[in-house]
Amino acid sequence: MPVPDHLEFFIDPNRCIGCQACVQACSECDTHKGESMIHLEYVNRNESVQTVPVVCMHCDQPTCAEVCPADAIKRTEDGVVQSARKPRCIACGNCVMACPFGVPEINMEQLLMKKCDMCYDRSSVGKKPMCATVCPSQALFFGTREEIERLRPLSMPTNRFQFGNQTITTKVNMMVPRTSVVTPPLVDITAAMEQRTPQRSFSLNVMVEDPFAEVSTETV
Amino acid sequence: MKCDREQLTIAPDGKPMDQQPAWRCDFPVDVPQDNYVARRDFTKFMVLTSLAFTVGQFWIGAQNIWRKRSGKPALKHIATLSEVPVGKAITFDYPHEHDTCILVRISETDVVAYSQKCTHLQCAVTPDAENNCLHCPCHNGNFELSTGRVLGGPPRRPLPKVTLTIKGDEIYAAGMEVRTV
Repeated sequence: MPVPDHLEFFIDPNRCIGCQACVQACSECDTHKGESMIHLEYVNRNESVQTVPVVCMHCDQPTCAEVCPADAIKRTEDGVVQSARKPRCIACGNCVMACPFGVPEINMEQLLMKKCDMCYDRSSVGKKPMCATVCPSQALFFGTREEIERLRPLSMPTNRFQFGNQTITTKVNMMVPRTSVVTPPLVDITAAMEQRTPQRSFSLNVMVEDPFAEVSTETV
Repeated sequence: MKCDREQLTIAPDGKPMDQQPAWRCDFPVDVPQDNYVARRDFTKFMVLTSLAFTVGQFWIGAQNIWRKRSGKPALKHIATLSEVPVGKAITFDYPHEHDTCILVRISETDVVAYSQKCTHLQCAVTPDAENNCLHCPCHNGNFELSTGRVLGGPPRRPLPKVTLTIKGDEIYAAGMEVRTV
């Protein structure tokens, strides 16, 4: 049974509070057999405690399946990219390297790639994936498009991403601010890698003269 | 390349399937496409498999004819009775250089010889005088010492028996008896 068309997955990283509930719930899902497939990443640990849940985005042109030499990664008709097929997977790790979102993982004990499959046993019968059922701030939301528009009037869903020269469209939606300057709605993933933190000069109040004054003017 | 069935997943370059390389049809990303077997492919598989089985039958027949034509191997001197005390064994090559056989003297009058290759996976069998059998250490196969028949373990066929001729004190190998049961 396929996942119903009217139900969609929405990720709203703004709302993530880093409680790890999704990580725990994920391991409860029968399709993962006790292993958590969700990544709860810190955006920039040095500066912020902001976390972001990373689930499989279920790309329309899955890069992991494109690079798989063993033809092990398959996409069901409802657009869900499934975990690698056990008899085929050779645990080469190509998918781990290729995935723009960093989703697949190699289980070295089983020599098998495992990834988020939207809790296929649950979502294929119309239930919510485990992470979306437990998320207290609903950063992970599974429902209809009408529901999300009613609940989050300031955000809008987008499913187009830019990764280098590759434009990716996905089944899973990312919530971005409605007032976003990015038009058409598109999230550039690699752009963040180019960003440098702004240089800042600072002065210590205990000193009368600023010893870094010369240095900061030279470098900035 | 014409695909038998429309693909759901679009190739990364966005071009239609007609312009895609042939391997995209052979290794589709979509599950329905991957599970789909065209009638022509199925028929091709059945015909080729049947053909392979038929050729195999002819090959087995040809091998039988060839084996019969090659006739009995020549008489070969192995050892003298005095060289093999009762309960001891020696190895020898028969009928060809690398076909190792084992000769065991069971009693004063009885001497038996078999091919040393286990009929399971060609490991060398060793005599086990205490249990009156030939033992294959690879997978615990056991053969009866007096007849070469299987007592237990994975082998299904008995060991090929070497026909022996004893002239006075001399032991000669006079042929190979390949048995199926």
